[in-house]
Amino acid sequence: MKKVFAAPNGPSPLLHLNNVRTYFYTVEGTAKAVDDVSFTLNKSETVGLLGESGCGKSVTALSIMRLVKDPPGKIVSGKILFNGTDLLQVSSSRMKSIRGKRIAMIFQEPMTSLNPVYTIGDQISEMLVAHENMSKRESWERAVDMIAKVQIPVPEKRAHEYPHQLSGGMRQRAMIAMALACKPEILIADEPTTALDVTVQAQIIDLMLELREEFGTAIILISHDLGVIAETVERIVVMYAGKVVEEGSTLNVFDAPKHPYTRGLFKSRPKIGERSRYGRRRLLEIQGAVPNLFQLPGGCSFNPRCVEAIDACRETSPELIPMGENRMVRCHLANT
Amino acid sequence: MSEREKSLLKETLVQVQDLKVHFPIRKGILSRGGGSVYAVDGVSFTLNEGETLGIVGESGCGKTTTGLAVLDLIKPTAGKVFFEGKDIARMSHSGLRELRKEMQIIFQDPYSSLNPTMTLNQILNEPMRIHKAYQGKQRAERIAYLLEKVGLTSEQGRRFPHELSGGQRQRVGIARALALNPKLIIGDEPVSALDVSIQAQIINLLIELQQEFKLSYMIISHDLTVVEYICDRIAVMYLGRIVEMARYGDLYRNPKHPYSEALISAIPVADPRLNRKKPMLLGDVPSPIRPPAGCHFHPRCPKRFAGCDEHSPELKDIGGGHWVACHLV
Repeated sequence: MKKVFAAPNGPSPLLHLNNVRTYFYTVEGTAKAVDDVSFTLNKSETVGLLGESGCGKSVTALSIMRLVKDPPGKIVSGKILFNGTDLLQVSSSRMKSIRGKRIAMIFQEPMTSLNPVYTIGDQISEMLVAHENMSKRESWERAVDMIAKVQIPVPEKRAHEYPHQLSGGMRQRAMIAMALACKPEILIADEPTTALDVTVQAQIIDLMLELREEFGTAIILISHDLGVIAETVERIVVMYAGKVVEEGSTLNVFDAPKHPYTRGLFKSRPKIGERSRYGRRRLLEIQGAVPNLFQLPGGCSFNPRCVEAIDACRETSPELIPMGENRMVRCHLANT
Repeated sequence: MSEREKSLLKETLVQVQDLKVHFPIRKGILSRGGGSVYAVDGVSFTLNEGETLGIVGESGCGKTTTGLAVLDLIKPTAGKVFFEGKDIARMSHSGLRELRKEMQIIFQDPYSSLNPTMTLNQILNEPMRIHKAYQGKQRAERIAYLLEKVGLTSEQGRRFPHELSGGQRQRVGIARALALNPKLIIGDEPVSALDVSIQAQIINLLIELQQEFKLSYMIISHDLTVVEYICDRIAVMYLGRIVEMARYGDLYRNPKHPYSEALISAIPVADPRLNRKKPMLLGDVPSPIRPPAGCHFHPRCPKRFAGCDEHSPELKDIGGGHWVACHLV
């Protein structure tokens, strides 16, 4: 399947995050889960948020949906502009009319995000009744249509089934059907295939890309899997310890990663078929562990693990600086 | 037994013959009539000394159950497991106890496989205490040595698991497996729960330890990329059976079974210049409770023909140690 690389930064962005900070206040201290995150998503574009556990990628998504649990979480500052409107300023009833209808989200584990006591047909039509003022009957028909769209066989029958009667792949399809029922402008997919087997993962990625063609939905894909990111998105935002450390087109970032963390991440993972062709080379290790958000190191958060760190890295936190067309890097050494 | 057969057996550490593990499904108060889960349904393979065998497959294919049966942690319904030529089902209690020292396991989840109330020193002491190995001062030295071998300090030995990161905890799991100088270590998804940047540390460590201690590994994983990197030979399982077994290069360059081919092509490649391949398989893995008749893969197989739904194909050697169970080969 040919990937289409749309021109980034079109006239007016669909979604723009501007210096968003989401903190969690706990007895252990304050965790800056999202710390000054900015990025843009254009109409019909696919952007990948890449990072390891605790880097803030999921909390960024929950901040966009305004689903951060408060307390202990709080969106402290920043703007989340959706078609020019700051989602952080709108009333909660207005947010309800946006959430699910215009910005939808799917999660890693479909079993825990579907309601076990309602049939999937009921759950999809409930969305349509709530958001589209449809009658019960009309919404049921649309729900069955959507179940057919996500390629679940015998949709009329499956609509009457409960989540536990479906396989993992089918449940994720049902989640996608629900998310896309109201034709949202943005779909946020948080590790949508991580819990699935690899042959099923391939089907779900394919389905998401097909539906994006059909509905023109922009997608934010959250993943730790370099392969899934490389195959799916046009642009990548790499996160580490709550901050964006690198951003650029998928091709540019994979061809020439500029942040030492991104470089390390790419080299630490074996590539399929590589050993069969070139023999086994020792994997590059990133030393240490992903830092605890309560005890972040001073300066650049990556500095204790960075093989290239200099004194400045331990003293001051680098800014996210532009590096050529649509490239951003947060590193003191980026220009050297 | 001829001299030739004896010399062959010497190199073979583990031999599994037509292993079957069926779990009865308990239904109702009489615990009868529920059918069975055919978790492992006729698996044969050998593992040689110093070799790394990978067992890959999707959820429910029986890879973990196979590993547990080799360790005698699950009793097989049928079939045999030989360790150094000895049938483990016929061993005496004390013989089995000796055998336990020779084979160890590393689990997927380093959070739930370490006792949270014990320090690392105590965790590493456990296997030696149970098997009465390395007495007194030697034992303390052994613990310090093990910690150092897996990249931890003896100061960390006084800590508790919750004070460590996921990668460090997995190192403790490895040190514990090494404690009694085993010949075989089974790794059940040993890096799957770890962050990408930590996986490389553990993979490199496993390879170094294998070379230093002449270990044999059985690596059970769903991650074909990691398995290709670590393993010498790989067995692909589907619904309780091995469908293909080959050296890593042969399997990845030239998969012969339609399932292996689809599985390898479904792996997302971290290279955005490659165009996405269309998925070759439709549907999910069927339930191992009522596996399809004939070749278990036939309902999803793009190349099936008349007969695939009737006769189960044998695992055949097609030359060069490449084994395939498919009517088309």
